[in-house]
Amino acid sequence: MIWVVALMVIIMLTAAVAVLVVESHISALAATSAVSLALSVLFVVLKAPDVAMTEAVVGAGLSTLILALALHRILQAQPAGEDNDA
Amino acid sequence: MRNYSALLFASGLAFLLMVIAWQFTIGGAPMLIGNAILQQAADELGAANLVTSVVLGYRGIDTLGEIAILFTAATATSLVLSSISGQRSRPAPNTAQSGTILISSSRLLFPLLLTLGLYIVLHGHLTPGGGFQGGVILAAAFFLPLLAVPGHGVNHSGLALVEGFSGAAFILIGIIALFQGNAFLQPFMGHGAMGSLFSAGTLPLLYIAVGLKVGAELSGLLANLAEIGPAHPVAEISVETQSVKGSAHQ
Amino acid sequence: MSAMELHWLLYAAAFGLIVIGIIGVVTLSNIFRIVLALVIAEAGANLLLVIAGYRFDAIAPILSGSSVATGVMVDPVPQAMVLTSIVIGVGIQALALALVIKVYQHYKTLDLREIHQRLMNDIDQESGVRPLLSPHKPAGKRPLPEPQTVTGYHDIARGGNE
Repeated sequence: MIWVVALMVIIMLTAAVAVLVVESHISALAATSAVSLALSVLFVVLKAPDVAMTEAVVGAGLSTLILALALHRILQAQPAGEDNDA
Repeated sequence: MRNYSALLFASGLAFLLMVIAWQFTIGGAPMLIGNAILQQAADELGAANLVTSVVLGYRGIDTLGEIAILFTAATATSLVLSSISGQRSRPAPNTAQSGTILISSSRLLFPLLLTLGLYIVLHGHLTPGGGFQGGVILAAAFFLPLLAVPGHGVNHSGLALVEGFSGAAFILIGIIALFQGNAFLQPFMGHGAMGSLFSAGTLPLLYIAVGLKVGAELSGLLANLAEIGPAHPVAEISVETQSVKGSAHQ
Repeated sequence: MSAMELHWLLYAAAFGLIVIGIIGVVTLSNIFRIVLALVIAEAGANLLLVIAGYRFDAIAPILSGSSVATGVMVDPVPQAMVLTSIVIGVGIQALALALVIKVYQHYKTLDLREIHQRLMNDIDQESGVRPLLSPHKPAGKRPLPEPQTVTGYHDIARGGNE
């Protein structure tokens, strides 16, 4: 089981660093979702199934959806001719 | 320069946290309150899921505050967003057809998600899950058709009605407990057989109220963020205040 | 499973997430990324709370079968609090994003420093005060300040710098 924990910790920290350094906003958003998903696996290992379910549904699902919708609106409001970040 | 000082600050914080972690021991005995709850919860509340009995039984007022915070956040979000679209003319809803895969899979997934969400809400006192998780799944189920067929619109007043009634039901159950001589939100109506669907007194009812409220709130929030549906009443109010301001300025 | 290794791995994960999130909040200049960094810091805090209630060789706090507790269970109180924290976190996040959208629609930029500069200019313009000219920047690139009759706070604050 320690290998599951080690793998998830590595995935989580790598994705968290990726959020700060990648260029594209969409990739950063996907990395945030990956952090939440690995965290929910870690919660299952820690004997917290309720929290794991909430993290998977809310953190990896709903939160990513809200972030993606907000990004979509930001790109919609972007002045025409500029396409620097997406 | 700013970055270097920030990194210095963060590494100092990490060092401090690791020093604190050195003092902690993981996997020790739980705290006193946790121990007491583990020993008494089964006899006092009769819910198989002890986290549920903590969330709704022992910390019920906390959950009421949580619902209130979520409601405030959702209301403030729709207020901020619709005051923007009130100033500029709201763009016409995008009526372009989505892909075949999205449309047919949303038709396939909608009843499945609805069933899963209701199952998780109803079994919150028996299995992992509960009102919050099930409510989020319900909101996702109702958002999926909007995603597949844009311009379909969402019934904001209906959502507000569901939200208001379920929030009132939560508080009403708490007040009924007061009239029965218990504390506010203290579970009543007996225990039932441990592990059966109709057990744990009022806890399942409270979780159904929470699930409906969270589901209605979040689907309204998602529809607002996706800019779907008829103009929100808030938008009209802000337009009026804008025009009043403008006329006063002249 | 070695208890000591698990201990360090879990604490490293939780503190790593918190520190990475705080580094992001402090160093990033894009406000959308700052919201993402806040989400990461929050995930680390949640993990730390769940670790506080963990016990070795314990089972999940869900009774099965009879009402007698069949074994040692993990502490349910931190788990209930994390449940609350996650749900509130997503509400706060939605509100922050709504504000980000509004700021972008007004200023057409997501850069924190540019927004700050333009906000200060707007405040100066509204109150009729001449914009504050920073003494840290060379004066070559900016246009000469036009003579103005209004004497505001910034004129005094600038002192004898010019």
